[in-house]
Amino acid sequence: MSASMQQASTKSKKALPVGHYRGLGAWTVIFFIFLYLPIVVLIFYSFNANRMVMNWGGFGLEWYVKAFQNDDIQKAVWNSLIVATFATIFATAIATVGALVLARGGSFRGKTVSLGLITLPLMVPEIVTAVAVLIFFNAISLKLGLVNVIIAHITFCIPFAFMPIRARLEGMDTSLEQAARDLYASEWETFRYVTMPLLMPGIAAGAMLSFVISMDDFIITLMVAGAGSTTLPVYIYSMIRRGLTPEINAVCTVLLLVSIALVTAYWLVSRTTQTRAAH
Amino acid sequence: MSGWLPKSAAGRRWLGLAPSYFIIGIFMLIPMIIMAVFSLLAPNPYGGVEPEFSTAAYVKLFFEYDLEDNLVFNPGYINIIFRSFQLSFGATILCLIFGFPVAYYITLQPEHKRNFYIYLITIPFWTNLLIRTFAWIIILGRGGVIETPLYALGIIEESLRMMYTDGAIAIGLTYSYLPLMVLPIYASLEKLDFRLLEAASDLYANRWEVMTKVVIPLCKPGIIAGCILVFIPCLGAFIAPNLLGGGKKLMLGSLVQFQFASARNWPFGAALSMLLLSAVVVVLIFYARSARKQAEAGQA
Repeated sequence: MSASMQQASTKSKKALPVGHYRGLGAWTVIFFIFLYLPIVVLIFYSFNANRMVMNWGGFGLEWYVKAFQNDDIQKAVWNSLIVATFATIFATAIATVGALVLARGGSFRGKTVSLGLITLPLMVPEIVTAVAVLIFFNAISLKLGLVNVIIAHITFCIPFAFMPIRARLEGMDTSLEQAARDLYASEWETFRYVTMPLLMPGIAAGAMLSFVISMDDFIITLMVAGAGSTTLPVYIYSMIRRGLTPEINAVCTVLLLVSIALVTAYWLVSRTTQTRAAH
Repeated sequence: MSGWLPKSAAGRRWLGLAPSYFIIGIFMLIPMIIMAVFSLLAPNPYGGVEPEFSTAAYVKLFFEYDLEDNLVFNPGYINIIFRSFQLSFGATILCLIFGFPVAYYITLQPEHKRNFYIYLITIPFWTNLLIRTFAWIIILGRGGVIETPLYALGIIEESLRMMYTDGAIAIGLTYSYLPLMVLPIYASLEKLDFRLLEAASDLYANRWEVMTKVVIPLCKPGIIAGCILVFIPCLGAFIAPNLLGGGKKLMLGSLVQFQFASARNWPFGAALSMLLLSAVVVVLIFYARSARKQAEAGQA
């Protein structure tokens, strides 16, 4: 293909082959600067020794120390971790059984409806979900603090866990499972020793997505959480409203690096499994 | 071990789907129905609703009562709704102009580089939106990253007042949802057969025609999907209008939140949510139609 592209380029007497355009590379560079500038700025200013974020007062780590000693932040971090852990476990389990039925159960009446229902939280704007859940909890007078938040998070995490698991199931070769059945493995043994290990990368991906989505959620938690069940994003929002200090940047930087580390780890793992599968 | 499972396929099917139905049905579908009912009830001044039928919430979208208790047209909320659509549309166009060439450039790269670019695009997407929007305050704000060097060079003498403007909100929205534009366009460009471009060129199409008559029509499904994925969350956005618009330049999402958190007019908040939801449904129907048309065209 490249040879014919070169031919085409000599014919049109232009340096670029067909389909290539001038300035695309430069445009892409600007794009990535736009995408990463805020992240770099945020991290940079977290090392500001000054009280005001935007007045540079020399390099200092005191805002990290301050953030780590802040009891409210610690409590918010714990709340976030508790909510994300429970939401991930429940959402992943629910999504796994749902995906097994929808990817392997053949076609049946109500399949499209089921798929629509599971992906409903993806289609409805977050603010609408937040309002609906707030009204509902109020109508049934459910005031269980963090449990309310966990329930709301399980609901919107299900589709995020569901998608990679279903994708994995649909890409999986069923011949291994058939072979196991032919070799007198029981239904349960086939599932436990063949299907589950093969499905594990999908479940891990689903769990990771749920965890990140739950940790990052702001608007639904803001509406649903009462006093005492503040999560980290909600606390950061209240900090921003009170005035900008580099302490916010320090907290944000830590949260940012954790997310980037998680996504990078997932990316590296999925890349090695892909290369291994290819060889 | 599997003795407790139902024997019939249908039984197992429903057992597997029951947890999803239970959670999403009870904590999402039923709440949305209750929300629809609430939008037709009278407000309780302390939050919550009074159990009496009232269309006041929907009337409030268009009219208000003047001092003599006459119903007069009030464009205030209509303006906010209109602005939400305008800003969401603007942000979608900006994402498309900014994102399409990048998606195309990535498609031209060798495979290992492509994966790395995609990784770079998804990273900001998985980091906290609130944090990334907050960073824009430091960039656009008074004495921020953009203004400081301009002051130092003597180009400006007073603040550019970039914060709390529609422009700031548009930048914030564009920045928030840019990956959602690039990824589906890339997914459809990846399947593009580059021999078609050469064929077009051999048939005397110039570069511009190759792009507008071959590449863009072939990746139209990706462009439409990207536009919808950006437009819908923009319409209900809360973080960008609140942090970068200062809460004064309201959009639908922040107006809804305001009704529940401060104004305590739950039916009106529910009515606004219903409006937002119907806008999303209209967009999704449009998408389903265009996808079906595309599929039919593909078969023909």
